[in-house]
Amino acid sequence: MRALVAVKRVIDYAVKVRVKPDKSGVELNNIKMSMNPFCEIAVEEGVRLKEAGTLSELVAVSCGPDKSQESLRQALAMGADRAILLKTDYRTDMELQPLAVAKLLKKMVEKEDPMVVLLGKQAIDDDSNQTGQLLAGMLGWPQATFASKLAFNSGLTGVDVTREVDAGLQTISLKLPCVVTCDLRLNQPRYATLPNLMKAKKKPLEVVDAASLGVDMSPRLEYLSVEEPPKREGGRKVDSVDELLDKLRNEAKVLA
Amino acid sequence: MLKALRFAPSRFGRCFSTLVVAEHTQKGLHPATLSAINAAKKLQDDICVLVAGSGATEAAQEAAKLQGVSKVLHVDAPAYQYPVADQMANLLVAMQQKSSFASIMGPVSSLLKDVFPRLAGALDVQPLTDVMDIKSSDTFVRPTYAGNAIATVRSKDPVKVFTVRPTSFPTDGLEGGSAPVEPVTPPEGQPMVEFVKEEHAHDDKPQLATAKTVVSGGRGLRSKEGFDTVLDPLCQKLNAAMGASRAAVDAGFVPNDMQVGQTGKVVAPDLYLAVGISGAIQHLAGMKDSKTIVAINKDGEAPIFQVADYGLVADLFEAVPEMTDKVAQ
Repeated sequence: MRALVAVKRVIDYAVKVRVKPDKSGVELNNIKMSMNPFCEIAVEEGVRLKEAGTLSELVAVSCGPDKSQESLRQALAMGADRAILLKTDYRTDMELQPLAVAKLLKKMVEKEDPMVVLLGKQAIDDDSNQTGQLLAGMLGWPQATFASKLAFNSGLTGVDVTREVDAGLQTISLKLPCVVTCDLRLNQPRYATLPNLMKAKKKPLEVVDAASLGVDMSPRLEYLSVEEPPKREGGRKVDSVDELLDKLRNEAKVLA
Repeated sequence: MLKALRFAPSRFGRCFSTLVVAEHTQKGLHPATLSAINAAKKLQDDICVLVAGSGATEAAQEAAKLQGVSKVLHVDAPAYQYPVADQMANLLVAMQQKSSFASIMGPVSSLLKDVFPRLAGALDVQPLTDVMDIKSSDTFVRPTYAGNAIATVRSKDPVKVFTVRPTSFPTDGLEGGSAPVEPVTPPEGQPMVEFVKEEHAHDDKPQLATAKTVVSGGRGLRSKEGFDTVLDPLCQKLNAAMGASRAAVDAGFVPNDMQVGQTGKVVAPDLYLAVGISGAIQHLAGMKDSKTIVAINKDGEAPIFQVADYGLVADLFEAVPEMTDKVAQ
């Protein structure tokens, strides 16, 4: 059984992003980029499913600029078998939007014929939390979002997924093929070791011009401006618990 | 086919209307739904509210009494007791084909985050998540990069599908409406996903994502016992949800569904109390939109004090129990 795993290269989660003075977006030049943390979890899950014998092949796919190959190499070093880059020069945090990514991934699903598509629940740049659901809807496949546990049945015809929902945990049962988006609690991704990074260089990585797939990638949302959030005026210190409670009751009025 | 239907005459008096998908329980509407209706008013269209559930009559009646609501559409079917994404998306596609809404929206919730993109895919439109402000019928403000960059975007799509951030819109000022409740027959067919069970881990506490008050602990609590014996009593007293920093989760003090931050939950309560949390960027991204932020930390130089409205430099093992004693039940 084959699985596709979608990965996105984003600004590293530990970096404080800087908004450009002309409000056209955030600065991406000379900024540390990494694989989106939720995508790492999706890759890790795919690798674990391979190790457990559930999957026979794990194919990593990314949509974005040439540099996205770095994230695909990381996925290969973690244990993916091969990788495909759908190359486009659209900015992936603004211009290449989830609707277009889902359409591109759909093309890859049609080509690769997987039984499962794994994605992160959201990218930490555009924070959309949409691509997996859009893809599942387009394919007419069942979806399980915010997964924190996967249990495939022995015949590999279905999977029970525990999901992180507002109320706690919800378990749903899906038939394959299906789309799963991964939440933080699903697993702890492994580090790509140096020997594995070296080996990953020999694994196949196919680069496809995304425009050749005949998908309308034009952005549906036009960014009018990107601005810094209003600064908080913090820094006021109080001297005692009594003073703190007094301020919360009488000044901020958030305590009874 | 959908394209043709979009321009079909509407059944409503006006050409355009907004569909608000309600979040509710058996007992009534979730307060987030009220925020969503106040947000919907900014679109200046007729507002229809969908209450889909099993026997959720009270929620439907409550929605009908909200000022500004012109109609409540009520699906009452056993299959909707635990709605799943494909079922809800199919329902909304059918409703859209019939009524050609200009906007379909609702509060950010795990259900609508699951459903709306699927719906949008079927309508071939790009949805929007977590809208903080509505500038006009096609221009929206939303946070990106975990709230570190605020984007204003214009949607070119004929139907706007979006979720709104409840804490960005008020819940009051909606008294005095009287809208009709109209039953809606959901489309036939079995959902593709079978609901198995739901476990409510923290039933005694409000949910982290929607709580009015959040008390979060960091590595400063030193252990799981620190959370249980120091933080938990204060949470109980304040009826607060308990959160944690990534450091506390990584140290194994608490499970990671409690993590507040860019890779955990993003919260914006009225009161956020950070206890023993230094205030790494990762954490700030998850809570800096809270109305009032309080920090209790031994280290007066901790970055959390730069965003805290009120900071107390003190040993949390003394200050928190004292606070717990002095807070009114």
